[in-house]
Amino acid sequence: MTSANPSLEALSAEPSALAEISQETLALTRRLFVQLQRRPSTLVAGVLQPLIWLVLFGALFAKAPEGLLPEGMSYGRFLGAGVIVFTAFSGALNAGLPVMFDREFGFLNRLLVAPLRSRSSIVLASVLYITVMSLVQSLAIMATAALLGYGWPGGGGLLLVLVTLLLLVFAVTALSLGLAFALPGHIELIAVIFVANLPLLFASTALAPISFMPTWLGWLAAINPLTFAIEPIRAAYAGQLSLTAVVLEAPYGQLSAAGCLGVLAGLAVGLFLLIRPLLDRKLS
Amino acid sequence: MGDGAAGGGLIELRDLRKSYGRGEKAVQALDGLSLSVPAGSLYGLLGPNGSGKTTSLRILCTLLAPDSGSVRVAGVDALAQPRAVRRLLGYVAQEVAIDKILTGRELLRLQGDLHHLDGAVRNRRIAELVELLGMGEWIDRRCGGYSGGMRRRLDLASALLHRPRVLVLDEPTVGLDIESRAAIWTVLRQLRDGGTTVLLSSHYLEEVDALADRLAIIERGRVIAEGVPAALKQALGGDRVTLRVREFSDAEEASRVQRLLQGCAGVRQVVVNQSQGYSLNLVVEHEGVVEQLRRQLSEARLPVFALAQSRPSLDDVYLQATGRTLMDAELAVAGLRDPKAERKQSMR
Repeated sequence: MTSANPSLEALSAEPSALAEISQETLALTRRLFVQLQRRPSTLVAGVLQPLIWLVLFGALFAKAPEGLLPEGMSYGRFLGAGVIVFTAFSGALNAGLPVMFDREFGFLNRLLVAPLRSRSSIVLASVLYITVMSLVQSLAIMATAALLGYGWPGGGGLLLVLVTLLLLVFAVTALSLGLAFALPGHIELIAVIFVANLPLLFASTALAPISFMPTWLGWLAAINPLTFAIEPIRAAYAGQLSLTAVVLEAPYGQLSAAGCLGVLAGLAVGLFLLIRPLLDRKLS
Repeated sequence: MGDGAAGGGLIELRDLRKSYGRGEKAVQALDGLSLSVPAGSLYGLLGPNGSGKTTSLRILCTLLAPDSGSVRVAGVDALAQPRAVRRLLGYVAQEVAIDKILTGRELLRLQGDLHHLDGAVRNRRIAELVELLGMGEWIDRRCGGYSGGMRRRLDLASALLHRPRVLVLDEPTVGLDIESRAAIWTVLRQLRDGGTTVLLSSHYLEEVDALADRLAIIERGRVIAEGVPAALKQALGGDRVTLRVREFSDAEEASRVQRLLQGCAGVRQVVVNQSQGYSLNLVVEHEGVVEQLRRQLSEARLPVFALAQSRPSLDDVYLQATGRTLMDAELAVAGLRDPKAERKQSMR
């Protein structure tokens, strides 16, 4: 007799959404990590480049003029925060590349023919992967900076650093994923990444404080998302853990660490909302 | 039983229309295509490149939305419930998309997880499919090193992992070595015998002829002929006979023989083929007519240089339906393909 079975089947046919979504997300994330494990050059290059910045710029400006940096901070220590943020930023900026290759080579179609419980799994897997990768890269840079004598934030400071990086990585990942679905191919995506990367570094407080910049550049630096990540981290490295203390002296006013984190969080949420219609359309 | 409801087929495509691009550059890929694939059949879609085969299969597999029309698989509306239909379907695309860096086994495991299979079930099925498709030696190597045939086998395995009721293949054997082609044909027949409905597109006549229980000929985005291959051939009528009274005859002799044979019982049509040295092409009712022809010719004291008989082929069916041979149709579009535009169409 089969009369009892249909209801059983109906029950087992729709297992919990959470279980299915985590199964598919985990599988997609695992794929990205297997790729990384077998082709670690992205990971290595992502650490190597900021490391070179750190060593070269650190040496170049070791004798930075008196009074350039606040309260007798060494240039290496000043630069450290900037390079850590730059590492996370350029790592996250690459988030769209695997997605773009999947679009171009038809692998995405393979995923879309499968009965995914939620197609957000595809996006979620990319976010998980790039978050872990950028944080690992940043931690590697932090460890190296510590070895070079540029300091290490304490326990509370480390937490603040990680939270800050996380918010920045989310925002930049959203941007990069949006580009990966909006642009026609990987050539265009790489071009955008290439063009965006360095100017954003130079027009931030990574290499010099706003007080050192001409007014127009100071304004640019003061609205650059990287700056909102750099300053709380720089403060954390200096042992300043109060969220309400002023960390950014911008032309438009003063901003506390909490203010900076708020801007980054707002940016991350805003960007995800912005790209959502695009993702919905491309993945529907 | 009763799955397809009104239409009768397990797969029901109704009046599909789809065009790519806009304005003057718009290309009508499907122009009212309707198709009904019976459950348990091995069904062939035959047509030249650019006739709309891939577009219809992509729509069936929920990768593409039609401009209008309806798609049902086992009674489920694919446009309203795409996920339910995806569970019923396995799809082997024309362009094999694999991740070169993963091993075959890793790719199949990923596929199993995307279908939410239990780990143990998934691994057991992978082992079965590796055995079935003869991939044992390759399955734990990276896909990047696979031959075209091995890639296609891997793709077939990944489409079969969730035991779909319907297997859809877009030109599954294009450019494959003979061994892989044979392996794939064997598996497709086994699947059909096991109750899976198989729908494949092809522009190889022999492939459709060898495999398909039923076929549809597609031309310019519509189905222009449909049925069982043997019946379609039979419907064309009789056998084909080529007769040469001498190696090189002349117009006068040919038309004399033509008049003679036209009167014979069982001869439906006699055409003088000038380009073939005034040979005569006949359509006869059945095989027996050929013996009768020999007798008539010898009674009329005419020599017979050659008398060849053949069954109507799918090519004759195609010719009858479209007015040109499939080879001519292929040649006509050969230079018109635009790989860049095709890639753009398939890209999200």
